[in-house]
Amino acid sequence: MNERVAIIGIGSTGFSPVSPDLSFKELTYSAAVKAYDEAGLHPKEIDSFITGSEDFMEGYSIFDEYIPDQMGAVLRPAHTVCADFIQAMGVGCMMINTGEFRTIAVEAHSKASNVKTLDEVKAFGLDPVYLRTLKENAEFLAGLEMRRFLEETGNSVEQCASVVVKNRKNALINPEAGHGAVLTEFDVLSSHPVSTPLKHLDAAAPSDGAIVIVLAAEEVARSLCDNPVWIKGFSWCSAEGNFWSRDLSFAKYASLAAKKAYAMAGISQPSKEIDFAEVCDEYSYKELQHLEALGLARRGESGYLTETGATSLEGEMPVNTSGGSIGVGHTFEASGGMKVNEAVQQLRGLAGKRQIKGATTGLVQSWRGVPTGTGSVAILSNES
Amino acid sequence: MTIIKVPVKGLSSKEYERSLKVTWQPELQYAWDNGIAIGKYLEALKDGKILGSRCEKCHRIMLPARSFCELCWRPVDEYLPVKDTGIVNTFSICHVNWDASRLKPREPRHLPAVIEIEGASAGMGIMHLLGNVKPKDIYIGMKVKAKWKPRKDREGTITDILYFEPVRK
Amino acid sequence: MGKRRVAVVGAGLTKFVRRAQETGPELSHQAVKMALDSADLKLKDIDMVTLGTAPDAFDGVHMKGEYLLSGAGGNNKPYIRNFVGGGTGVFAPIHGWMHVASGAADICMVVAEEKMSCCHPHPAGAFITIFDHTTEQPLKPTLIWIFALEMRRYMETYGLSAEDIARVAVKNKKNALDHPSAQVAEEVTIKDVLDSEMLAEPVHRLDISPSSDGAAAMILASEDVAKRLTDKPIWLDGVGWNLDTSYWATRDLYYPRYVEKAARMAYDMAGIKEPSKEIHVAEPYDPFDYKELHHMEGLMLCERGEAAQLTADGVTERDGNLPICPSGGALGVGNPIAATGLMKVIEIYLQLKGDAGKRQVPGDPRVGVAQAWGDLMQVGTVTVLRR
Repeated sequence: MNERVAIIGIGSTGFSPVSPDLSFKELTYSAAVKAYDEAGLHPKEIDSFITGSEDFMEGYSIFDEYIPDQMGAVLRPAHTVCADFIQAMGVGCMMINTGEFRTIAVEAHSKASNVKTLDEVKAFGLDPVYLRTLKENAEFLAGLEMRRFLEETGNSVEQCASVVVKNRKNALINPEAGHGAVLTEFDVLSSHPVSTPLKHLDAAAPSDGAIVIVLAAEEVARSLCDNPVWIKGFSWCSAEGNFWSRDLSFAKYASLAAKKAYAMAGISQPSKEIDFAEVCDEYSYKELQHLEALGLARRGESGYLTETGATSLEGEMPVNTSGGSIGVGHTFEASGGMKVNEAVQQLRGLAGKRQIKGATTGLVQSWRGVPTGTGSVAILSNES
Repeated sequence: MTIIKVPVKGLSSKEYERSLKVTWQPELQYAWDNGIAIGKYLEALKDGKILGSRCEKCHRIMLPARSFCELCWRPVDEYLPVKDTGIVNTFSICHVNWDASRLKPREPRHLPAVIEIEGASAGMGIMHLLGNVKPKDIYIGMKVKAKWKPRKDREGTITDILYFEPVRK
Repeated sequence: MGKRRVAVVGAGLTKFVRRAQETGPELSHQAVKMALDSADLKLKDIDMVTLGTAPDAFDGVHMKGEYLLSGAGGNNKPYIRNFVGGGTGVFAPIHGWMHVASGAADICMVVAEEKMSCCHPHPAGAFITIFDHTTEQPLKPTLIWIFALEMRRYMETYGLSAEDIARVAVKNKKNALDHPSAQVAEEVTIKDVLDSEMLAEPVHRLDISPSSDGAAAMILASEDVAKRLTDKPIWLDGVGWNLDTSYWATRDLYYPRYVEKAARMAYDMAGIKEPSKEIHVAEPYDPFDYKELHHMEGLMLCERGEAAQLTADGVTERDGNLPICPSGGALGVGNPIAATGLMKVIEIYLQLKGDAGKRQVPGDPRVGVAQAWGDLMQVGTVTVLRR
């Protein structure tokens, strides 16, 4: 692929535990209006539209039916991927590289507050024969994975707790975040156990919100936008489909996707060439596991780096300056979108108190939650 | 490569009965936020009115009420009630329930229809049921009027309209 | 940069059955294995995988794409699920086309699966939640309503009779007698269709395709790879898709304008100017018999309102001037939703290769089109294949 693709407009609603004032259509519309306005385009001028969504999170059998109106995509080529925002963004990059499309809008949103039986939905995602029949809360898989990861890498539950402390602190200075707080490691470790060693505060809380971006081919991006953010590399990958066949200590999906994204972006030394990272932290240990899989920390050292502040706002490799899913709120397929939004703000120098000085290259990464082994990686830069 | 032999075995009813099965009945519950436009639409139903919204750019009066015009890509300019009468655009006489179970011979048939509501722009219809009419007497182009629940029983749902019935001159 | 040409180099298809013994991942695996064998490839040769499958509610698994992943050959590969409701089966190869035309993959596996029999007591129950949760679901709608409403509007507009429509079911069920995957192939008469149980007037039971289990797979490759793999590549030269408004009751149902838009997109890409002359064989989506006619018109294979007459005149028979659904379609082969759409693309692939066996249409066809449709009578997906 050789066509450069840039983000030329982005719209975010911000994130909060509930959003009773707007329907999902109105929520998405408000993000789309911002994104299109920033791109300087009417939706009629956008070539195609992509939504990342899952039916049971929406309470519809075929949610694709309900995507066009609030995207301005009526009677236009629009489609759904049952995938997270960063994967959907990758599909948009592919579409532009076919040469048939110049501009693409990508959307994901969460109305998790409308799902009254979220645990049931999660359990419904488990293999119906081998896992669901155990009748355990789906979170038990995270407990199993966390224990194996800590056991094999030597990272500790205390270091996981320091991820939570850092991310919720970052969220305090992010106006879009819903879960900013001043906590201590002790608070996390003494919160009630979900599935040991996983504690209640190790897990990100469900949130609502919507993100829309406009992607453009290079020529369009340069003519329309003063501060395009370039997507220099992207990929997604799945590990073994069956949970019980995976090496639970290592996020292979993230490692495989990163290899491809780095190659595309021409990155050979990720921890030197990347200025900041927004990685999936749906559970605290996942941030550590992902840093190791992405090559941003050596195996077994991610906990130490966190504990010693290397991943804090002032550290060598700031991680989840937004506050991550733990600090902002977990928005399912939109989580990757929240991370893309943070990276765009950082690369445009608009991140306010969270701004990392001189940042030119950021990594965004997402994972689709239990029981999946699917995730995606993208490298964003303000230098073409 | 001509496809001649294909894999996969279909189970007969008997084989299926005998096979081991894992069953699961998910308890899925949702409470969807109505938001601005549908919130107003439901309020209006409770008040015995059908609410539309108007866009000054394309001059459409749209149903059901929406907060933005999806074609002009701008907020609507006004919410306004339309009439509670309309014209049958198309209809069916349905002998099965939503779960594919069959109605008993004496049970009344379901009578779904698309009804173009008067006062809204041409072609703006909603799906609802017909009632107080013999199935054989229904025709496309028939004028109908909403039969509302008594005011005290209305809850702010689409079923506050029991059905649409023919306007008899 | 220019776009890369994409070829179909292999295909696999399971039998379509009412209740499969195999699980969803096993169905997918069978189709994938057959496709690999047909192209003489191994799973390690596949760069990326895209899978299409319709509602999670059928298989009864949230995030169904992740559940089917291992069966679809997605382990340790970039794998993604695409989903446009009933239009998914034809959209899946369109998604595969994006993978290859962009240069992201040289060889892409496209899979489509549906196991509807998991849903109890009847898969039709899964359809109540396709309707708007606030303004429509309280009316307890069934899927057949919208077909009945649309079919009546179509018949009324053009003055068509029930016989005109039933003729499609008769043709397709007969065509399916020659298809090894067929679930409901049979010789029926127009009278049989009209005498079958009346479900929602004007729709009879035999106007409708069955619910089914099944899977299909197709391998797409870039031009240079395709030329290495086969001396008879079939090119995926045009793709198009289009999604209409969610407010379905506000559009006139007599004509599928979204199918026309999708077709125009695909024809433009493939350089087709006069579809009714340049297309030699077509597989429009036929979950209900009137839909075949509706879609022939949307695909601009004939004038609006003319499809029924062409059918009555025998033009759409397998040996007619414009063979429509030579496979037997959803009405004859069966309708595991996403798998049906891909089955149709596979039929066009086989017809253009001259490999359709007993179903081969005469006249050495060189260009064919497959189409699917779905959501709330709202999405059209179109592929143009060329030899």
